Amino acid sequence: MAAKTKVSPERKPVVVVDNAHIVYKVLASGKRATRGVLGGGLLSKKMEVREVHAIKGVSFTIYEGESVGIIGSNGSGKSSLMRSLAGLTPLSQGAIYAFARPTLLGVGAVLLPDLSGEKNILLGGLAMGFDKQDIYSRVDSISAFAGLQEFVRYPMRTYSSGMSARLRFAIAAAKDHDILIIDEALAVGDQEFRNRAEARMRELHQNAGTVFLVSHSMKSILDTCTRVIWIEKGELRMDGEPKKVINAYNKFVGTTTID
Amino acid sequence: MSIEEYALSHGLKKVGARPSLFKYVREAISRIDFAYTLASYGNEATNAKSRLGSWWNILLPTIQASTYGLIFGLILGSSKPDNFLPFLFTGVFLFGFFQGSFTNGASSIVNRSGLVRSLSFPRVLLPLSVIISQTIALLPQLLVLAVLLVIVQGFGSISVGWLMMVPLLSLMFIFNFGLAMVMARITVHVQDLNKLVPFVNRVLFYVSGVFFSLDKIFSDPDNIWGKLIQFNPIYDFLSLARGYLVNGYSVRPEEWISIVVWSFGIAVLGLVFFWSAEERYGRED
Repeated sequence: MAAKTKVSPERKPVVVVDNAHIVYKVLASGKRATRGVLGGGLLSKKMEVREVHAIKGVSFTIYEGESVGIIGSNGSGKSSLMRSLAGLTPLSQGAIYAFARPTLLGVGAVLLPDLSGEKNILLGGLAMGFDKQDIYSRVDSISAFAGLQEFVRYPMRTYSSGMSARLRFAIAAAKDHDILIIDEALAVGDQEFRNRAEARMRELHQNAGTVFLVSHSMKSILDTCTRVIWIEKGELRMDGEPKKVINAYNKFVGTTTID
Repeated sequence: MSIEEYALSHGLKKVGARPSLFKYVREAISRIDFAYTLASYGNEATNAKSRLGSWWNILLPTIQASTYGLIFGLILGSSKPDNFLPFLFTGVFLFGFFQGSFTNGASSIVNRSGLVRSLSFPRVLLPLSVIISQTIALLPQLLVLAVLLVIVQGFGSISVGWLMMVPLLSLMFIFNFGLAMVMARITVHVQDLNKLVPFVNRVLFYVSGVFFSLDKIFSDPDNIWGKLIQFNPIYDFLSLARGYLVNGYSVRPEEWISIVVWSFGIAVLGLVFFWSAEERYGRED
């Protein structure tokens, strides 16, 4: 049940997702199939190729000035969709158009674990396109935002998962991205950091940036988003006012868990 | 109006489409500071856990060259090349520059997958940073080589010809970079290739005349193997460098043509080959 993309002529779109499908080809062994195997190589007779249809025809249009919460159960395809939005996972069908290249900030990704937090800030900043002078002058404010204090001089491999998530967020949020996707990156942070991060997201949003927030914390979503999209089993279940969608989602989760 | 027309009419672009080659190169050049910083930090990080730190950049190749000198010096006996020590050190140090670029270039994307997944930047900066890092490691080795040359050959051997090492090493930089781009992409598709890299290195080590003189072995000009080896650009790099640095060896100008063609050829090929898969790096599969 792909929702029809509504087009409102007076508002400027920033992201258009048009009938997006994501299909992962998975070997029975659990590995992704390579092209050679699919093309009928020697191994194709023995290995079973399964298709996982992670996103099944999702469409929506995001307009300028919206910040969007993405909700859904685990495995519903939220992260796959966000990876495609950032251009990291190609779509199998359909297309995504965006005003600027969206930046994905997710969990799990590490920078360089053997280097200190400070050096990771410099490297990350340079990679994002800051010039040298600019990022050198911002190191202190970024590490203060991440709340690292003296740990900024320690190698990143010594950080707790919360600390490194905070640092990654601080680096990515230092730049005014046109489109920023935050995929549960805040889940590991403590409450104090979450408040700071949410304030920064609102700030990014006010600077005409579009923010996508994937989260299981309905409170974070209510506090920061102006629109919520609910993805369930790879399909768009609901799209609209945060309160309305979250109420419906809570009801859905409630009944299925009682079952 | 279709959705595509609607999106494009509002200035939206398709996500995941790679930029034109020209735009790609321009963007990479504007972030060259990143490649340089990554190279110097990377060197630092690899040596961070050893007590002698960056001294290993000189110590390791020197120990290696000395070991070869000891072993092959004894085995080869009278058939070893003239002026053996300068011949050997020039070969080992320059071949080390190639080998380091080749090996680390091949894993430059797969080893930095964390970086690739969390930040968007032109991925070509990763193989480039490997070559920069190898160049930084080579510079002090050249100093060791110069000292050795003066010790063995005397002060009289210092000549303006030594300056030819600048264009020679610049070409080698371009050659290594081109090859690193090719290898980096292939390794992303077929990770198993990483297991073959040391073997390829071994073979190249033997056919590039690092510790023995190919001219002596293939003294017959019609020998087919001798001719084939002339096509090996690494042999040309080493042979030219010896022509300028080591007493008793002369420069063959036609080798310049060979390395210029090889370097620019492989660099252009590597860039196009690497760029055409740009949107696929960092996929989780």
